[in-house]
Amino acid sequence: MSDLREKYEAVIGLEVHAQLLTKSKMFCACANQYGAEINTNICPVCTGQPGALPTVNQRAVELGIRAAIALDCQIRSESIFARKNYFYPDLPKGYQISQYEKPYCEHGKITVRLKSGEEKTFGITRIHFEEDAGKNVHASHGTVVNLNRAGVPLIEIVSEPDMRNSHEAGQYLRALHSILRYGDICDGNMEQGNFRCDANISVRKRGETKFGTKVELKNINSFRFVEKAIDYEIDRQIDMVEKNEPIRQQTRTWNSAKNITELMREKESAHDYRYFPEPDLSPLVISSAWLEDIKKVMPEMPVQVRERFQKEYGLSDYDAGVLTASKDLALYYQEAVKVSNNSKASANWVANELLGRLNAAGKEIDQSPVKSDQLGDLIIRIDKSEISGKIAKTVFEEMFATGRNPGDIIKEKGLVQISDTGAIEAAIDKVIAANPTQVADYKAGKVKLLAFFVGQVMKETKGQANPGMVNELVKKKLD
Amino acid sequence: MSNLNQLDIQSLLAGYEKKQFTVSEVAESCLKIIGEKNAKLNALLEISSEKVMKRAKELDGQGSSSGKLKLYGVPIAIKDNFLVKGWQCTAGSKILEGYRSPYTATSVKRLEEAGALIIGKANCDEFAMGSSNENSAYGPCRNPWDLERVPGGSSGGSAAAVAASMCPAALGTDTGGSIRQPASLCGLVGVKPSYGRVSRYGIVSYASSLDQVGPLSQTVWDSARVLEVMSGFDPHDATTSKMAVPDFTQSLRETSLSQVTLGIAPAWLEGVDSDVKKAFDASIDALKKSGAKIIEVDLPRTRYSLSVYYLIAPSEASSNLARFDGVHYGFRAKDFTDSETLYRLSRGQGFGKEVKLRIMLGTYALSAGYYDAFYLKATQVRRLIQQDFEDAHKKCDAVLVPTSPSTAFKLGEKSDDPLKMYLSDIFTLPVNLAGLPGISVPCGLDQQGLPIGLQMIGRPFDEAKLLQIAKSHEQIHGVLKRP
Repeated sequence: MSDLREKYEAVIGLEVHAQLLTKSKMFCACANQYGAEINTNICPVCTGQPGALPTVNQRAVELGIRAAIALDCQIRSESIFARKNYFYPDLPKGYQISQYEKPYCEHGKITVRLKSGEEKTFGITRIHFEEDAGKNVHASHGTVVNLNRAGVPLIEIVSEPDMRNSHEAGQYLRALHSILRYGDICDGNMEQGNFRCDANISVRKRGETKFGTKVELKNINSFRFVEKAIDYEIDRQIDMVEKNEPIRQQTRTWNSAKNITELMREKESAHDYRYFPEPDLSPLVISSAWLEDIKKVMPEMPVQVRERFQKEYGLSDYDAGVLTASKDLALYYQEAVKVSNNSKASANWVANELLGRLNAAGKEIDQSPVKSDQLGDLIIRIDKSEISGKIAKTVFEEMFATGRNPGDIIKEKGLVQISDTGAIEAAIDKVIAANPTQVADYKAGKVKLLAFFVGQVMKETKGQANPGMVNELVKKKLD
Repeated sequence: MSNLNQLDIQSLLAGYEKKQFTVSEVAESCLKIIGEKNAKLNALLEISSEKVMKRAKELDGQGSSSGKLKLYGVPIAIKDNFLVKGWQCTAGSKILEGYRSPYTATSVKRLEEAGALIIGKANCDEFAMGSSNENSAYGPCRNPWDLERVPGGSSGGSAAAVAASMCPAALGTDTGGSIRQPASLCGLVGVKPSYGRVSRYGIVSYASSLDQVGPLSQTVWDSARVLEVMSGFDPHDATTSKMAVPDFTQSLRETSLSQVTLGIAPAWLEGVDSDVKKAFDASIDALKKSGAKIIEVDLPRTRYSLSVYYLIAPSEASSNLARFDGVHYGFRAKDFTDSETLYRLSRGQGFGKEVKLRIMLGTYALSAGYYDAFYLKATQVRRLIQQDFEDAHKKCDAVLVPTSPSTAFKLGEKSDDPLKMYLSDIFTLPVNLAGLPGISVPCGLDQQGLPIGLQMIGRPFDEAKLLQIAKSHEQIHGVLKRP
């Protein structure tokens, strides 16, 4: 397949629905709250009672504008709400209030770092406001519609078809997620559906300029699944093209149990949504004064945090970039430094050890079994020479596997570093006695053998001896 | 005191002031006449002596503190497309049969806060779509001037209730003439305020960009009073204006016509019934004699109003009525097998013929491939119609035209021919398209003794001026007695 893949190029565009972190819904005063008892956060407006009218939540607009600023979009001073008409039981009005021809912002961009170390910029076509639908809950006695989510504010962020493989798509999503989290725009919780991703994928032979027929992947709830689904879909489509089978315009979904994409519906049955300007709302006016006010209170964005990490913690641009890839990661690092008081060591441990292990385990930072204060604690113990760097790695492995505190592990396994001169000297004496030939060679001028003796002593002490002291004492004994 | 039901608002307020009668006595008098006449007229769809008398006693109990209330103890009928908590709201449709309002419309809430007494829910054309009240799922309403004739529509029940002296005033909604045309056909004053003057929150939406709430009453003063209580910004309706609301009744004290210029559009008068034309001309002459300056104006693009209206209103309606789907509330058909048939059967059985016709028209006009040619084009021409009025209003304070080309017609006379029916709103539609205030006032009777209406169209948000001119006209003509 990899040879075949070389012949083809994938074209990927992404659509993200992000719920805004507001207290109330987009067009009424009901609470925007996940997990409340069924149909408790509802009112005449969000249940579509006759005569009820929408009014725009200003806070939602402010958060949307934050996203537009963070993503370098051009903001319209006057945008238009539009109705998207379709029938579905979770849509009480029979239409969704959205934006269509004139969204509030367009033409943005986002820069991501790829695993090759290279940076790449992807275009953002538009962002628009809309309201979430309710949820059909299937119970034994039939289907119940829960309208707590109906009217929750969303922004839909539509990318240009700029991504060429699953890694780029994954990095785009992570960077976008990170910006929304940094800006307190969206909490980013994918399991609760607060950050949802759809991907449009087509393939074409390299060198071709025309797009192939696209397939839409819907409702994928983790970055890794998005990457896997895209990889699967690219292979599936290439396979079809190779077999001269036509690719049909479809909506498919990811089956994470079977690791395949599955058909949801054919695009032929697509709705005519009959969009038209929402007559119950005036145009959304975003004045330059309002824009300035929002800019003044913008939370720190990843780029700014990255700069601050270099200044405040003396990190390299690269390390700062790695550690600010997500808000959770940056917060984790800051917490670890607060405890350890050692920014460089903390950076190494987080960027190398922790991220490496998380990656291998397929986990995100907020799922890390080792908490930031525990990692800080471990670093303190190294700095206090309670354990060596090498032992620390063993302790870390144990922490990652069990989530226990480093102190407990060190104590239980007897890993405390030996810094007692007498004990180290005893071990050295033992090693000298056991290796007369090497002692003679050393004394004859083969000073390189020092490392051998140190190694033997460390082995003798099961790695627990303080390496600095061993070095010093071996020299003293032999010279 | 007898016949309390026949008093207008001004007289009622004066009587309460002098403690000549109580709210309960007035309520009883109204309920009595409703009991006598409603079976024949079918003006009110929900009557509740219990709710009315309970509220009347409450108001009586308020005693002296009530003096400041602008509508203290005034019985008002509310069109059945308004939500009033505890009352039904059918909008004249089977699909909302049995629906009880979970909240109260802002306009009605303001009336109640001013001491008004809701006397009942008035019949209307289904979802306010119609000009004769014959499209009501609960049977037609009849005109108190002649029971063989229609009261006009869609606020037919509101007009009939006031004309039959069941109450001194009623609320209606006006999307293309639905207050002014029935006011004209029933010999009443009816006001369609500027778009954005009165909150639409709590009225069943027909065409959101055209719908407005307004009063029907026997006198200009009464309409001015109800309007001043209801008007003004509502945080629940994003299309309401924040413009200050003048004290309309106060401004009626100034009724000199010497500084007033009135415009007439001769092209509009072609095809108008001769009796209507005669009464219109007589009114113009009288206004002129009283000092008003009369000029001719040209409104060339208003001739497209009917076409524009019947694209924009059905388009919005097709979307506004999507919520009536049998899922969340209202009528649900039996024997459905899945959500698709649930929708199809509930809507198919729940909506009447005219409503279905307009939903289909609107769905078509908004469809991909037709949107530009129909909906979009209509909104562009709408802007031109607005422009025509802007030009005319540079030269005159109000444009005058008959409210309807004919007087009340017989039941069934136009119900087979939608276009003929639509034409009875030909002079009122452009006013909604332009978002302007319009008022219909009685200006005489035809040879059969049926009332004729004169419509005055004012500048945006200048209801005060319009009401002043209407008041001057009323002073010349005298208040038309109810039948």
